[in-house]
Amino acid sequence: MKVSVKWLRDYVPITETTSEIAHKLTMAGLEVEDVEVIGGDWKNVFVGEIIAVNPHPNADRLRLATVNLGSKQVTVVCGAPNLIVGDKIAFAEVGAELIDGHTGQKAQLKPAKIRGVISEGMICSEKELGISDNHEGILVLPHDALTGMLLADYMGDTIFDIAVTSNRPDCMSVIGVAREVAAQTNQHVSIQTPVYAEEGVAIQSLASIAIKDPDLCPRYCASLVTGVKIGPSPSWLQQRLLASGMRPINNVVDVTNYVMLEYGQPLHAFDFNKLQDHRIEVRRAQEGELFKTLDDIDRKLTKDTLVIADGKRAVAVAGIMGGQSTEVTDATKDILIESATFNAAILHRGSVALNLRTEASLRFEKGLSRELPLLALKRATELMKELTGCKVAKGIIDVYPGKEDPKQIVFSAWEVKRLLGIDLSVEEIITILTKLDFECESTGEAEEIRVTVPWWRTDVTCKADLVEETARVIGYDSIPTTMLSSSLPEPQTLPMRSFRQKVQDVMVHCGFQEIITYSLTSIEMLQKLSPKNEYEGSQPVRAAHPMSRELEYLRTSLRPGALTTLVRNQRYKEAAIQLFEIGSIFLHREKDLPKEKEMLCAVLSSVQPKLFWQGTVELVDFYTVKGVVETLLSQFGIEAAFNPGDDESLLAGKNAVVVVDGDPVGVFGEIHPRVARAFDINDTAFLIELDLEKLFSYVVDIKSYKPISRYPSMIRDIAILVDVAVPYERIRKVITASSLVNQVVLFDLYSGEQVPQGKKSLAIRIIYQSSEHTLTDIEVDDVQKEILDALSHEFNVTLRS
Amino acid sequence: MLDKIEWLASQAFDDLHKIANLKELEDWRVRYLGRKSDFSQILRSLATLSPDERRVVGAKANDLKIKLEESLTQKKSSLEDMVFSSAIDALDVTLPGKPVTLGRLHPVTQTLNEICDIFIGMGFQVAEGPQVEWEYYNFEALNMPADHAARDSFATLWMDYESEPGHKPMLLRTHTSPVQVRVMERTRPPIRIIVPGRVYRYEATDATHEWMFNQIEGLAIDTNITMADLKGTLFEFARCIFGKDRKVRFRCDYFPFVEPGVDVSIDCFMCAGAGCRLCGNTGWIEIMGAGMVHPNVLKRVGIDPDVYSGFAFGMGVERIPILRYGIDDIRLFFSNDLKFLQQF
Ligand SMILES: [Zn+2]
Repeated sequence: MKVSVKWLRDYVPITETTSEIAHKLTMAGLEVEDVEVIGGDWKNVFVGEIIAVNPHPNADRLRLATVNLGSKQVTVVCGAPNLIVGDKIAFAEVGAELIDGHTGQKAQLKPAKIRGVISEGMICSEKELGISDNHEGILVLPHDALTGMLLADYMGDTIFDIAVTSNRPDCMSVIGVAREVAAQTNQHVSIQTPVYAEEGVAIQSLASIAIKDPDLCPRYCASLVTGVKIGPSPSWLQQRLLASGMRPINNVVDVTNYVMLEYGQPLHAFDFNKLQDHRIEVRRAQEGELFKTLDDIDRKLTKDTLVIADGKRAVAVAGIMGGQSTEVTDATKDILIESATFNAAILHRGSVALNLRTEASLRFEKGLSRELPLLALKRATELMKELTGCKVAKGIIDVYPGKEDPKQIVFSAWEVKRLLGIDLSVEEIITILTKLDFECESTGEAEEIRVTVPWWRTDVTCKADLVEETARVIGYDSIPTTMLSSSLPEPQTLPMRSFRQKVQDVMVHCGFQEIITYSLTSIEMLQKLSPKNEYEGSQPVRAAHPMSRELEYLRTSLRPGALTTLVRNQRYKEAAIQLFEIGSIFLHREKDLPKEKEMLCAVLSSVQPKLFWQGTVELVDFYTVKGVVETLLSQFGIEAAFNPGDDESLLAGKNAVVVVDGDPVGVFGEIHPRVARAFDINDTAFLIELDLEKLFSYVVDIKSYKPISRYPSMIRDIAILVDVAVPYERIRKVITASSLVNQVVLFDLYSGEQVPQGKKSLAIRIIYQSSEHTLTDIEVDDVQKEILDALSHEFNVTLRS
Repeated sequence: MLDKIEWLASQAFDDLHKIANLKELEDWRVRYLGRKSDFSQILRSLATLSPDERRVVGAKANDLKIKLEESLTQKKSSLEDMVFSSAIDALDVTLPGKPVTLGRLHPVTQTLNEICDIFIGMGFQVAEGPQVEWEYYNFEALNMPADHAARDSFATLWMDYESEPGHKPMLLRTHTSPVQVRVMERTRPPIRIIVPGRVYRYEATDATHEWMFNQIEGLAIDTNITMADLKGTLFEFARCIFGKDRKVRFRCDYFPFVEPGVDVSIDCFMCAGAGCRLCGNTGWIEIMGAGMVHPNVLKRVGIDPDVYSGFAFGMGVERIPILRYGIDDIRLFFSNDLKFLQQF
């Protein structure tokens, strides 16, 4: 909302600098986002009057203008087409800072001799003054401009651009802002009551108004003016509209806009003679009703839209936009001025449905006061009479089914203390609230008052609102600063969060970079994986109006995001890429919010090793990836089994399922070439996916302390031959079954030459230790023999010599 | 006996001077200080002497032993230095070390953790809630009934789910505030929580807008919680995050779920309040919205607003690294370019 300070002066004395006022308004909730000073640079520019125009002796297209400045007369050379004797103009003396009409740059006006004639200054265009881009001719001032006056005094202004919050529609008006200025600067607002003469027949006998849905239109007022002469508005009004960012149209439209800016009440002017039956009816639109708005667009209405109809058809979308059929034109003679209150919710719904936001709808949808229409209507009628030479029919139609008593709130000093932490007496609070026109009276109880809310403050409905009003006046800066002293809540931890953080730490320590990818994805992305896992068949949840095809569905897998990120970073060839994300996937549930399941997804690309001068660092392979999974599991004391997997995104024979207590908690392995191709991954890549919620349920919470053995351990290495098909894990299990075995390490695996066909050679280090005594060689020999016997018995293992 | 010791000593020191490498030094040690050395034999034979002699000879021998050991240590260290500083064996210390792959947390996670830690230190507990929400929790329960104009400031991504014909009540939460309501529904005061999490807006992305981002929400409810407490809490937070010299400004603002409402700004650390591009020439940088929980919000969850009061605040998480590190494009966060992520 752009507000002219000059206009504010009509209602409130401006006693402080504009920057002080801007600061105070901002602190009080009316954020002044920009302060524009008009005429701040007009140092040597005055109002002048052209008293003579003569031809230039040496140039056809230039003329000599003599300008009266009151104290003196000067002659200037001028090329503008619109030099008219008697016009008031803006005259710049030599030395003035002006904007060059050609370069657009600021420059100081220098003495000039043009085609042999000395020019003693310049008559300015709007562009040269920085008012607009118009450089066609000179700026012609209204005749009321006083000759010799500084132009800045006549036309200068300061414009506040205020971001009005949606709870304060009353401040979408100059008077509303004036009230705030008054409260913040200890001044009083004065608003003149509109006065105009009425004549002829009473309006009630000429027009009729009916409200079909009183809850949607609690008040409808109208006046009737006849014999209007349509024409341009006077310059003072045009100037104010322009300063407020509105374009002047004609005197009738300008009056409705002017009063909207002044009072905050949107008005509408109907061509009275085009209103069928001279009747107004406020009703809901019929579903599918067609209507052509002023902007020449045919609109299909729904029953959630409120319309103004005449005796036959809709003539306006209430509070949003008028229609072409009753539009005011140059031929219009008689006008019905509408000033009404509409239900905020239906106005909001209607303007959303029509995708139509107007100055009027932006005000109505925030909830305007029901007391406003009559005042604004009288002001508009007064101005209409003044500016269009019309007659005003007697009286006003005021249909007011929704009249309400003023709101009253019982308030106390305790309430202020309780919410702001500041001690104010009731007397102080009364002084504060009175500045904002709240009426305060005692309730009879000590320290308690009954506060009557001024009619324009539709936002104030409860005690907390009055606390805010108090805070706004005393200033938020004067609220003290204290630390919370209330009791602490019961300790409650979020175990999943600490678990997640620990998982993040392990992944980071394993060299993975955390990524965060979008929660929405596309069906195409999910199909690239065709994952045959437990989520198959769960239809992803779709956005009602997706922002794009790429962001249409809630992700049911973290894989697409991770793989896409991998590809995006593939161009960095100097290092292996290791990424992980921990995030929610969204699984459809019948008649409920989707299940948000927290997952870990990690991807690694292997082919590009780190370059290092001592030789290349080892490539990533399946077992590197398994090492990461094992590290993660061991961090939480989780014992898992690893079974061959059949995940569709992963390469058969090179992927495994992680199983805890018979429950599959995740998969890992090499990305299937088909998937790699679909994502444009050039290198061999691996993936880990773990269900963090499941994993969390298997975390071994308290690992009890295990005493450290004081006795030395004994190391034995064995080399054995076994069928290729026997998994290592089964051999390891047999070895570790013995109570003296402390640790088993596989340190070589070989098949090929020197090993019989179909066999593999395993070199295993067994570390024996007892917690009770020092082991003897004989003891260990016996145990080892038992182990080898068991291996031989179960897997036909032979000792390699 | 004393003579023999003297003689051994001079012999030992002479030999020591001639030694040129560690191998010879070890031989020397064995010869003069080893278990079978003459010197050890002398020490062992002390027992055969008379007590007076033993005292004199013993002292002398011990003295010498200490000297020899000291000289040995000294010689050893100088020989070692010689070895390692000789041109042939010295390392090029400028060669790169063996690379260790280090992962990092995403800068947003780092910031979230940092913020949570600050508030945990002030007695807050972390709470979480669903990202896909009901309209009720996202709007209604927060004092924004259907068709409320304030809903417009939350460009909403609605989900394609109809509870009844024409009514789609499921959405991606536009703020973390719904979790406030969920926590208040199941917990009675005192409540002190912070809520980190992803939020979503229907918004075209550009350098300053992203449709997905993170927020942290705070809520404290008890008897006698005031706006002064809110000020204290947020001042402390701002000092922790932006440095102890930062000034914090409270000014009136409007959010439907708080009353009175507050816009919280810090003084611009680029220009110290003078006005610059970062702060839009105002000298102040908005960091969050806050206020006293609206009585309607409390009433709805069955907390009596005449007995209890509380404050709430909410801030964008990405904004903090953006301000701190001068990041000029918010899209960098979720495009996950390693060259970006690995800077933090
Ligand atoms: Zn700045």
